[in-house]
Amino acid sequence: MTLGTTRLSIGGRINRERALAFRFEGRSLSAYQGDTLASALLANDVHLIGRSFKYHRPRGFMSSGVEEPNALLTLGSGARRTPNVPATTAELYEGLICERQNAWPSVEFDLMSITGRLASVFEAGFYYKTFMGPRRGSWMFYERFIRRAAGLGSATHLADPDRYDTRHAFTDVLIIGSGPAGLAAARAAGRSGCRVTLLEQDFLLGGSLLTASTESPDEDLRRSLEADVASLPNVEILRRTTAIGVYDGLTVVWVERRESARPDPAKGEAREILVTCRARAIVHAEGALERPLIFGNNDLPGILLASAVRTYLNRYALRLGKHILIATNNDSAWATGIDLAATGARVTLADERPTANASLLESARRAGIEVRMATQLGQARGTRAVRGAWLRTEGAAAQWLACDLIAMSGGWSPTVHLTSHTGVRPVYDNIIGAMVPGPWPAGVSGAGAVAGAREDLLAHGHKVGSGAARSVGASGDAGDPIPGSPWTMGWAQPVQNRAKARSKAFVDFQNDVTTNDVVLAYEEGYESLEHLKRYTTLGMGTDQGKTSNLAAAQLMAELRGSDLGASGATTYRPPYTPVSVGALAGRSIGAHFRPTRRTPLHDWHVANGATMIEAGPWLRPWFYAWAGGEAATAYLAEMKLVRGGVGISDTSSLGKIDVQGPDAAEFLDRIYVNHFASLPVGKARYGVMLNDDGIVLDDGTTSRFSEFCYFLTTTTAQAGEVMSRLEFLLQTAWTDLRVQVLSVTDRWAGMSVAGPLSRRALTLALPGIDLSNEALPHMGVSEHVSDGMPVRVLRLSFSGELAYEIYVPADRGTAMWEMILKRASPLGIKPYGLEALASLRIEKGHVAGLELDHRNTLADLGLAKMASQKKAFVGRELKERAELTAPERWSLVGLECLDTTARLRGGAILFAKEDPIRGHGRGYITSVMYSTVLKKSIALALYRGGLTHRGEEIVCASPLRGEQVRARIVSPMFIDASGERLHG
Amino acid sequence: MTVLSHYSALALARRALFGTSWARAWRKPEPRKTYDVVIVGGGGHGLATAYYLASRHGISNVAVLERGYLGSGNVGRNTTLVRSNYQMPGNTEFFEHSLQLWEGLSHELNFNVMLSQRGQLVLAHGPVQLDVLARKGNTMRLNGIGCELFDRSDVQRFLPFLDYSTHCRFPIYGGLFQPRAGTVRHDAVAWGYARAADRLGVDIIENCEVSGFLRDGDAVSGVETNRGRIQAGRTLISVAGHSSHVARLAGLRLPIESHLLQAFVTEPVKPFLDCVVSFGAELFYISQSDKGGMVFGGHIDGFNSYTQRGQFPKASTVAECAVALIPGMSRLRLLRHWAGIQDMTPDGSPFMGRTPIKNLYLNGGWCYQGFKATPAAGWCMAHTLAHGEEHPLIRHLAIDRFERGNGSDEYGLGLWTYKQ
Amino acid sequence: MLRIPCPHCGLRDYTEFLYAGDATKQRPAHGSSEWRAWYEHVFLFDNPKGAHLEYWQHVQGCRQWLVLERDTSTNAVGRAWLARQGARS
Repeated sequence: MTLGTTRLSIGGRINRERALAFRFEGRSLSAYQGDTLASALLANDVHLIGRSFKYHRPRGFMSSGVEEPNALLTLGSGARRTPNVPATTAELYEGLICERQNAWPSVEFDLMSITGRLASVFEAGFYYKTFMGPRRGSWMFYERFIRRAAGLGSATHLADPDRYDTRHAFTDVLIIGSGPAGLAAARAAGRSGCRVTLLEQDFLLGGSLLTASTESPDEDLRRSLEADVASLPNVEILRRTTAIGVYDGLTVVWVERRESARPDPAKGEAREILVTCRARAIVHAEGALERPLIFGNNDLPGILLASAVRTYLNRYALRLGKHILIATNNDSAWATGIDLAATGARVTLADERPTANASLLESARRAGIEVRMATQLGQARGTRAVRGAWLRTEGAAAQWLACDLIAMSGGWSPTVHLTSHTGVRPVYDNIIGAMVPGPWPAGVSGAGAVAGAREDLLAHGHKVGSGAARSVGASGDAGDPIPGSPWTMGWAQPVQNRAKARSKAFVDFQNDVTTNDVVLAYEEGYESLEHLKRYTTLGMGTDQGKTSNLAAAQLMAELRGSDLGASGATTYRPPYTPVSVGALAGRSIGAHFRPTRRTPLHDWHVANGATMIEAGPWLRPWFYAWAGGEAATAYLAEMKLVRGGVGISDTSSLGKIDVQGPDAAEFLDRIYVNHFASLPVGKARYGVMLNDDGIVLDDGTTSRFSEFCYFLTTTTAQAGEVMSRLEFLLQTAWTDLRVQVLSVTDRWAGMSVAGPLSRRALTLALPGIDLSNEALPHMGVSEHVSDGMPVRVLRLSFSGELAYEIYVPADRGTAMWEMILKRASPLGIKPYGLEALASLRIEKGHVAGLELDHRNTLADLGLAKMASQKKAFVGRELKERAELTAPERWSLVGLECLDTTARLRGGAILFAKEDPIRGHGRGYITSVMYSTVLKKSIALALYRGGLTHRGEEIVCASPLRGEQVRARIVSPMFIDASGERLHG
Repeated sequence: MTVLSHYSALALARRALFGTSWARAWRKPEPRKTYDVVIVGGGGHGLATAYYLASRHGISNVAVLERGYLGSGNVGRNTTLVRSNYQMPGNTEFFEHSLQLWEGLSHELNFNVMLSQRGQLVLAHGPVQLDVLARKGNTMRLNGIGCELFDRSDVQRFLPFLDYSTHCRFPIYGGLFQPRAGTVRHDAVAWGYARAADRLGVDIIENCEVSGFLRDGDAVSGVETNRGRIQAGRTLISVAGHSSHVARLAGLRLPIESHLLQAFVTEPVKPFLDCVVSFGAELFYISQSDKGGMVFGGHIDGFNSYTQRGQFPKASTVAECAVALIPGMSRLRLLRHWAGIQDMTPDGSPFMGRTPIKNLYLNGGWCYQGFKATPAAGWCMAHTLAHGEEHPLIRHLAIDRFERGNGSDEYGLGLWTYKQ
Repeated sequence: MLRIPCPHCGLRDYTEFLYAGDATKQRPAHGSSEWRAWYEHVFLFDNPKGAHLEYWQHVQGCRQWLVLERDTSTNAVGRAWLARQGARS
């Protein structure tokens, strides 16, 4: 017998008026609007849908929903190629392209199925026991083949042309699932008057109601429920929307899928939208999933879940066989048989239970079904499709039944995936033979099958929905439950021992885990459910064990002779169904991966030839085109300008903090190692602050503009951390200090005008301001108003030259910058970038960047003398720890290259001349540059013992470059040690 | 009937042909009254310690006590990376020793842990970052550890599918490649050590929770458990994320906060990424498992927690990194994310060795590095327990190092446990 | 999503905040030369599995430092108050 699908001419929830064309492995096929890809393929008689992961056995559809383990296809092509999509969840659209995967050369004829013949070798965990020899690294040889054989579909490396968005949502009652209980809950909560959001992963509402015939009263019920809910303006209904995870704080994350509407990224339409919703109450209504039966060859194409067979019949008008065997251990599958028989199919029903209730038996008899009670399906047979099964009736010999379709039902498992995400462990319910959610946490409840409800699901949903509404303070009248026939679950009885099947009986279909594998795991001692999972890979597939976990747990419990309740449940992890990495990333990709901080002068830099470089979140000018085409040479020209004339650079990214209040001086005295209370108004001072552990945290200059008002600067990198730290100390430890701190980083544009001509340049630019040595000495600061603009002038130098920092309000930054450039142009002023800025300070021996590596002390940086002996400061006590005051610490030195043709390299490891060149050496180079003043390569470095080794010749080893360069230890202050230039 | 206890292709064939049974991977013994050494914690480190105690020091009267199932902690929750690209003195040698032990482990244990040395590339996104990597690489070379510095064009040749476009937020500048780095099948490490230790007579006792320590004057003399009192000559705490919790039972306060680190895996696909890649713009690392899933992770969640489940925003953060690094990742689908409890210390390095309490030893505070350290941690702790004195490779990891001020801050992040 | 009841800004996602550890640790008085007290304050943590009082700063909101009650074994959040009011309220 072969499989033969009949698309019925009436019934179903498909639109026969709207045919959709799609392509399957190059073939043009057609189906209807309302079809999933699964029903569309079945309608075109495609039953062999893939090969299994390990044994490459032929596989067909097993389900009609998210639990599908077999029917994974690759959708789309080119940059839109998407592997591993369950055909049962893909809504058909015009022009869809798909193909089968994981077979060679083809799914129809797969040479890899040889692994199935060798199955007794490829049992669970076999790879832990072999592929080890002959040599130590031999695994790398075998692994190449295993990696190629593993994996399901193949993915593209091309950038995704589609767009993904993210959104935030808030609601009062969030209901997950629109089956009978979910719809009833939404109706009740909505009528109570609160904001309700109803999520449905399918493109139709109804859940299990959709398995019923469109001609049945259940359809009327579904329609009126849907109409009731849709009529409530306070209820938001989201279709094609999957809740992927439930997180702390009643937060639910869902994904809205738009693919079937073929979104156009050029129009800003997203393929998927990821929504983070904070609810005040969550109602779980995910329903239950049907379990497969475990019997020999239960994975043959043509063996489906009974509910799926009924869904294909009643929703998609597809009768999947003519001679049908229903194998079940519960009531629910009987409806499948009755509906099938009504289409004229020959139906045999084998129920494992000794008896069923009289009304069921009567309905089956009237439908013409041959019922065999106390009958188990022993083994199915077929090669690429089922052709019959051996049935075992108690007390009788096994009987062969020819059939072309088997609809199986092993009972139902509440869908406890989402309910357990927040740590609520499922518990075993002996009565219904399944895991149900553990005790609900505050704000969470469950409606219908997911909660293991025995009663009418509509009434249960109504009760839970109105309860959730009341819990969030809604006072409206929820009214009565919708009238209609009771809709209850056909819960199963616990199943019997199925261990040791003669032919393969699959527990996990996707990962090819059989009952024998479970027995093997038990025999080898992998008894805990987590060991079983990890050893056999059971439940680790893309279906996350939706159809396998409980059966495996039951099997293991039987083997161990223990109670299933005692062995507990495995842990379900988000997401509920796989979610695109692109949807998780949303718009934070490419240029928008992280926010870009731009200084107020950014646009000027870009327009005037600057090459920009990332500095943490900032973009800063690296070098300017006037000086050259690449950083390595341009910075030399820019430095030469500053050393010999005047240059201007953008320092706006420095952290800037206003510190104000009567106790501001005391506060600064506490946070800096040196004195600030004694700083006169109108002066600035360089300060260093430590962490509580005595390690250097940050440095910068702080200016005093009035008695109670200081202006503190931090490094660009540490600005945020220092600000938080100051606030922390003021708000927790020193609440008695009358001080306010405020970040003004973004309020001021800052620029440094540096070089021997800088005073002349600024005198030209700001003629109203007295910049004489008397009016503004070194480290002097002053405030002015120029052209109606507040201006702060700080005579500070990072470069070692006579220099000024100018601060103006951010929106006036460009105007000031341009004015200085224009008015001082006779002096040849030009901008210089970060590379020159960083090199100028190296030449002067100022620490920054890699010298401040959060591992060094004041003394390591040559700053020990700054620490006050007269006052306390943060970090004072712990900086005295023994190892921090040891003499042989790695401390700051300068290095001069002794080989004229060579260069010092950042990251070179330092050795004394006599040392063997191996191990960790005595230090390393932190910063390098070529000094235009000294005409040689110089560097800052940390070296054991520091400047006590001044004058010694050392070796700088860069084995990565195959270099060893000789250098001499010198003072890190390479130029102008006496500071004449500063005071000029 | 004979059972097969030695693993080999031949044994697999024998079983296939004759149906011979496999021996249990490890026994399920009842705890005895007294052991020479009791190891609290049946994770990778505890089991490795037991194995090396028995195999290298002849001490097999050892019990490993595990609260849940063996390997239920971080050994089965990590992103499986192994490498030895460390620069701080002590760290370089320790992690290289670990990598060398990894290289012989499958043979040593007769259990295939699937060490896959496909290399790790750490990326730099600017000249300063490349200097930092150069220091690390030079240090590695000078300690006999192979690695190479890549410039941008080297990286592009090596991994042509990373984002080299002009709109890339943090352009790739270069990288440091360690060819011997790679991945290991994590669960197999716990099982392999357990099986090998069991063969040597070590008792591995699951579902055995320690509720207190027995005291004999100023020394610890054993443990109180839900399966009775167990005397021990020496006792080791080796419990990963629960170090503070267990040490407090002995009256110790530690420089540790417990944080959550999440891991992520996509659906399996055919070979997509051959090596481990670490992003340089943020903490993010990715590799592809033999089964085909892309395995990746990032930073800790940022506040202390023992819940073993992560916060959602981190899933977005790492997904953003994934797409920023490999644009083709966008259409792959995330299959699972989960969290492990991780001891965070002020300097990002662990504590190994004696505690202030006699006969009580600690191995904890592993931050991000616990898995790759497993063999060397076991090796060094076994030595330390056997001799009563720290192995030379772990002397820089003493529990009292902050009193003396010699922290081992590999990443230079400063004092904060929640930033390490 | 952990959500924190900021006394100024209401219930907000934890991603707007910066965590800074145990709020019950007693910081030695400024200028204290009790070396041991500083060492314990800076380096040792109770790190309890259960009730925890901890500092968070609402960096993307009012920038106030808060003390939050949270259970580290469940992430259940209790009250939050301004750190100025003291670690115990």
